[in-house]
Amino acid sequence: MRSRLITVVGVVAASATLALGASACGGNSKGGGDNVTIGFMGDLTGENSGIVIPPKQGAQLAIDQYNATNPKVKITLKTYDSQGKGEQAVPLAKQAITKDKIAGLIGPTFSSESAQADPVLEEGKLPNISSSATNAALATHGWKYWHRLIANDNVQGAGIGEFISNGLKAKKVFIIHDNSEYGKPLGETVKATVEKAGAQTSEDAIDPNGSDFSATVNKVKAFAPDAIFFGGYYSAGGKLIKQLREGGVKARFLSGDGSLDQGLAKGAGGTNADGSIIGCPCLIDPSGTASAASKKFAEDYKAKFHADPAIYSAEGYDAATAFIEAVKAGNTTPEKINDFLTKVDKPGVSKEIKFQSNGEPTATDVYVYEVKGTQLPLLGSAKNATVK
Amino acid sequence: MNTLFSQFWPYTIDGLSLGAIYALVALGYTMVYGVLRLINFAHSEIFMIGTFGVLGALHLFGMPSNVGGFALVGLVLALAVVGGVASGGSAVILEYVAYRPLRRNNASRLAALISAIGASLFLQQLFARLVIPQAFGLPKEKGALPVQGHFVRRTDVIHIGGFELSNDRLIVIVGAVLMMVLLDLFVNRTKLGRGIRATAQDPETAVLMGVNIDRIVTATFALGGAMAGVAAALYMLRFEETKFDVGFLLGIKAFTAAVLGGIGNLRGSLIGGIVLGLIEMYGSAVFGSEWQNVVAFSVLVLVLMFRPTGILGESLQQARA
Repeated sequence: MRSRLITVVGVVAASATLALGASACGGNSKGGGDNVTIGFMGDLTGENSGIVIPPKQGAQLAIDQYNATNPKVKITLKTYDSQGKGEQAVPLAKQAITKDKIAGLIGPTFSSESAQADPVLEEGKLPNISSSATNAALATHGWKYWHRLIANDNVQGAGIGEFISNGLKAKKVFIIHDNSEYGKPLGETVKATVEKAGAQTSEDAIDPNGSDFSATVNKVKAFAPDAIFFGGYYSAGGKLIKQLREGGVKARFLSGDGSLDQGLAKGAGGTNADGSIIGCPCLIDPSGTASAASKKFAEDYKAKFHADPAIYSAEGYDAATAFIEAVKAGNTTPEKINDFLTKVDKPGVSKEIKFQSNGEPTATDVYVYEVKGTQLPLLGSAKNATVK
Repeated sequence: MNTLFSQFWPYTIDGLSLGAIYALVALGYTMVYGVLRLINFAHSEIFMIGTFGVLGALHLFGMPSNVGGFALVGLVLALAVVGGVASGGSAVILEYVAYRPLRRNNASRLAALISAIGASLFLQQLFARLVIPQAFGLPKEKGALPVQGHFVRRTDVIHIGGFELSNDRLIVIVGAVLMMVLLDLFVNRTKLGRGIRATAQDPETAVLMGVNIDRIVTATFALGGAMAGVAAALYMLRFEETKFDVGFLLGIKAFTAAVLGGIGNLRGSLIGGIVLGLIEMYGSAVFGSEWQNVVAFSVLVLVLMFRPTGILGESLQQARA
């Protein structure tokens, strides 16, 4: 209770300060019309901040590069730390709309907080672009101001399925999922995609909190697949790889973005995870092999932050670019920017910056990564990547 | 069905090794229930402490890698001692802190049950928030994540046709059965064992006959805890990974095994554990792994409908050689 009280006091104090700050400089920015504020919302200091700081830095890079060109209207990036929690994202969204009067928002970054904060943003008519919320259902609400620059879970499943059929030419595919809201549909999409390509499939589900997957391992052995796809998160995925390999299963292991973590190889132990392929709609390309734009982005990012671009940093950059294009075209109000987003069409780093009418990106790029030791280097686009 | 027939031996071996671990943990539930008529829900955390004792010892002496053959048998013996001491010791402390004061004040059995659940949650959170991050040098918020320690080289000891038996599963099965035989002998042949049986049969008469109840209760918790510690060592040999709530599901399964075999009955634990392990494996083979728990608990309900006291149905005091 005590810590809660402190939080409440802290929030009140913080918002009071923000309100003061806003009113102090409000006249200035509005009167001149030469400055537009874009927000970034996500878990900036919490336990998942490791996957939110990179897109924030990507956005920062894009905006700094734009401001360095000395444009007529400059852009300021304002951050909102939601801790990845819906209950914190909602008041921050309200604050962004009513007090800060920002012109656009990058985020919220996670699907769960998006589900709660997006209706507020919709009501407040604030255009928003998420760089990492991939839940497919977010696009089904008919929101006008909502956008994302990352392919959803269904697109991801189809992309990985295509790779299994075309890139790996697997004829027998075993699908395992963890019965979660994320893992199950992902596994089912992969299954449907490879079946359409003519592969034979079998499936099983595991309890991600359990420790003994031997029943599943025996089932896989009986089926003798060429490839195994796991829909779920890395902690169960690592254990699963370990027990499959110890059980003598040598088929290639694949998984989705929930397993794109070094914890996968750690859990699997030794070299068990080597050669496994992890798909993700995100582009992580520190060596810049994907395209010239990606190479330039990686170099600029490294020069500015002294770190390699990480997960979602390219998507954060692209989301900021969408807003920058809008401002460049002379749009400074939320309403006008949102109109502009319906017709924006510009090549970005991770994909073409172009939206469908429901806010989904038109691009369906899915990338695949190959586990090497504890590293996850980019293999290429799921459409045309090949493995040795 | 086809899967079950084509992979009959792997499923059986996996069921036996899983059941052996259930059985060892079940002993702790059964012994405490026999003596105190108390279901010690914190026993799953006693097991968890054992796994961390084992993992801590491995880290302390520099994680060995690729241990196989007789070296592995020796290592597991040493780890079983470490796990046994860690779990047995914490079980004794648990009894002192969570149950003895209640017993002294003649509190109702329900009070002890609540105390057990409280102790269970307390220990889980203590490990997740304090012990694990401190012991393994992790940031605080990572305490709830699994911790690994890979040290086993797995080889097939026997490989005839479809029948494969790997070294780790062999050690688990043999080790667990050996421990149960030893415990059975101890309870039936030694003076302390006679005291335990006497207390289970009739605490008041036992006191009149000069049995020191407090000593017997301490011994019961120590023995049950030590068995959980050995189970923890065998568990780490099989899975090489643990986390703060590793005992939760396994504890429920072990408790189920104890009830299935006949709670209060040592040999019932062995039967219950093995039967439960096999049912889980065969059930997953036929219905799919997501039905593993459903099948296991359906069988439990069925058995209890026809034999409410479990398969063997005797209690600790009647178990004779």
